[in-house]
Amino acid sequence: MSWPAAAEVESPIVSLREVRRDYALGAERVHALQGVTLDVDRGDYVAIVGPSGCGKSTLLNLIGVIDQPTSGTVSIAGKRVDAMSDREATQFRLRNIGFVFQRFYLLPILSALENVSLPMAEANVSKRERAERAAELLKYVGLGNRERHRPSELSGGEQQRVAIARALANRPTLLLADEPTGELDARTGTEIISLFQRLNADGTTIVVVTHDEDLASAAARKVHMRDGKVVVG
Amino acid sequence: MLLDMVMLATGMRESFRSLLLSRGFEIRLAPKGSLPFDSDATIPGVSAITSTLRANPDIREISPVLGASIHILMGSRDVSGSALGIDPSVQGDYELLSGRDVTTADAIVVNDYLLRQLGARIGDTLNVATGYDPQTRTYSGQRKLVVMGLVKFIYGANDQSSSAMRRETLEAMRPQTRDRASLFMVRVRDGANAEQVRDWIEKQLPNVTAISIATAIAQVDERLSYFRQLALILGVVSLFVGFLLVTTLVTVSVNERAGEIAVMRAIGVSRLHVIQQVVLEGVAISFAGAVLGLGLGLITARYLNTILSAFPGLPMAIDFFLFQPRAAWSALGLLIASGIGAGIYPAWRAASLPIAESLRREAIA
Repeated sequence: MSWPAAAEVESPIVSLREVRRDYALGAERVHALQGVTLDVDRGDYVAIVGPSGCGKSTLLNLIGVIDQPTSGTVSIAGKRVDAMSDREATQFRLRNIGFVFQRFYLLPILSALENVSLPMAEANVSKRERAERAAELLKYVGLGNRERHRPSELSGGEQQRVAIARALANRPTLLLADEPTGELDARTGTEIISLFQRLNADGTTIVVVTHDEDLASAAARKVHMRDGKVVVG
Repeated sequence: MLLDMVMLATGMRESFRSLLLSRGFEIRLAPKGSLPFDSDATIPGVSAITSTLRANPDIREISPVLGASIHILMGSRDVSGSALGIDPSVQGDYELLSGRDVTTADAIVVNDYLLRQLGARIGDTLNVATGYDPQTRTYSGQRKLVVMGLVKFIYGANDQSSSAMRRETLEAMRPQTRDRASLFMVRVRDGANAEQVRDWIEKQLPNVTAISIATAIAQVDERLSYFRQLALILGVVSLFVGFLLVTTLVTVSVNERAGEIAVMRAIGVSRLHVIQQVVLEGVAISFAGAVLGLGLGLITARYLNTILSAFPGLPMAIDFFLFQPRAAWSALGLLIASGIGAGIYPAWRAASLPIAESLRREAIA
């Protein structure tokens, strides 16, 4: 089985050119990213590492089309995404990007299966197909027997695996993860690292932001950041 | 409270309307310039008026009613009350609960309150007078009448000693009211226009005021405008408080779930769906409140109705809070509309959350 069945796109799958991102913080301006240029090829497994406040999450947000750069260009799968309208960006994320966060953010009133089905429902996938694919994804992340469980009935590691299954629901071009092992104990973190490796081996392009040395070491490539710049990549 | 206020705003009017229509008489004739039994004035010439009215083919039934005060002598004491002189075949003032109607000239029917005041039973003979002179301490218009039945007066109050006898009997006891009536009740033919008949009567009989149900309700509406205004103000206040409460609850909920909402947006959930969800939450809270409030509102309304209906002089059948499905639907509709309105601001907040900024704040928190 191949996850996901990604569309044929030209490499690199992620391309950032001279990207700057400034924030207003009171009267001051914070330069979170200062001219970042970065390419990620299809099938890559990239870990972005660096000290807190160096701009890792800002970079991930720009790649994930949930933020826009102050200047520079961002292209994902050959499409410029740095100046999209909210509606275009939402549709783009829905079809192309899978997100995994430190806190799992599953909807508490929905079962694991329903949580995984949610992005597919948003993409107007038929009910039957949603149920089949959600069950398949839960099986893939090792939760085939937890379909009907609600988040409160799952451990932290299980919840994160449901979140990963949800991220894969619409066969994204790119899987982005922000500190995915940040709230997990070491053993559970190792399980998630293994799952990411398996996903990458099955063809998923992964970009992960982490402080976790083990998770970063599992990546094929490390991008080091400092003071809003890529110092080693 | 909203339901109670909607019930109060419409209850008395509807209750009064159904009270007037309960016996099917659509028009009432009172002495010029007064409401029925509003004064002691009477209309002379019952026979002539009846003949005039019978000339109109749209009039099906005419029931002249004579009202008077009576004294029932009980040895050293007397019990005061009121009596109606009616024609039992067309009367629309009472319902017979037990015994028989006033089929003979020496018969009287009484309500439960009067029967208890007298300590009498059906079949007892009463010494009834229609006048009393306090200077000479003498009674006039005395007559022995047999209690034939127990009745419930439709327009009578709970604490009113009421009785009825044949109109001829009351006229005989009060000769000055011979061929006079305090009120005429007129039933129109099915399909006839009561307002047109009323206009016709006023033209034919210039010495009477003809009051149709619509006119009476308009007059009652005018007199009860204070209650309606009070109900309107309290209803608006309760709706506004509910609106603020739901807005606050949903806003707090949105603020607490800012991270969750940001993640939903990040994974591709559209702004429109976020708005729908939050508005739906407001509606759901309002709906749940409405269902709980319905029960509580009905209990409160019943309690308040018991208190208000006990006011002296009010007809037993008048309800201040009348439950009508329409009132309940109106309250529910207003609450749902309020829920939608209450959800709009937090929905707008939720949909406008900057995704990256909200996630960053959540991560720091």
